[in-house]
Amino acid sequence: MGDPMRIRAKLVGDTADVRVLMAHPMDVERKSGGKVVPAHFIRQIRAELNGKVVWEAQISQAISKNPVFAFKVKGAKAGDKLSVTWEDNKGDSRTDSITLGAS
Amino acid sequence: MNGLRRSFLKRTTGLGALVAAVAIGAIKPADVLAASRNDAAFKATTSPDAIKALGMSGATNSTAIAIRAPDIAENGAVVPIDITSNVPGTQSISLFVDNNPFPYVGTFDVAKGSEPYVHVRIKMGKSSDVRVVVAAADGKYYQAAKEVKVTIGGCGG
Repeated sequence: MGDPMRIRAKLVGDTADVRVLMAHPMDVERKSGGKVVPAHFIRQIRAELNGKVVWEAQISQAISKNPVFAFKVKGAKAGDKLSVTWEDNKGDSRTDSITLGAS
Repeated sequence: MNGLRRSFLKRTTGLGALVAAVAIGAIKPADVLAASRNDAAFKATTSPDAIKALGMSGATNSTAIAIRAPDIAENGAVVPIDITSNVPGTQSISLFVDNNPFPYVGTFDVAKGSEPYVHVRIKMGKSSDVRVVVAAADGKYYQAAKEVKVTIGGCGG
């Protein structure tokens, strides 16, 4: 499941400036003490506004640990529900959502 | 609570040097990747190969893509990058770091209802050009690059 994301959104007109902080190690494969530590990273992220996908990302392990993403969703208004889902390479995933204008 | 903190401290001090030692240039591909994902692009070891695997070859240089990144990044593990595309009809924004072991960082799909803007924080193994390829609605590709100098590499995260 992972730890909760922190999602902040600011409405500027009908655009929502969204900033998401995810708690994830974003490990690359590496050797530690003679053992291979497998890569563990978020591969896919999806943002939905009232259930409709508005932003998607496919990413690699080159994204920094505890990833931060910012993006701007069009056609948003106060009261809309914004949810963000990530999925990592071990099949783990997590969804968090906020209500716009309430944060 | 206290116990947690204790073990965390132990782990970080004990393994710190070792982790730092293997940190540089240690990016390897994951074994398990979904079918919908462009594996070839993520596993490519040069930017041109990755761009080719994505079918984005032949991108035109464009001044309509603004890349905001530090000229000198002190910590390669966290390099903030701001990308704004003023290319009309921007569909997606793809990011590459030329000198990373696996240059393809990712693709951000904005076509379904977002402004052509994205902010990310990436790892950079060493100084490199950061390359952005934008896919436009007319099926053409546009690119821009910016050099970022890295003083401490950060592939290990």
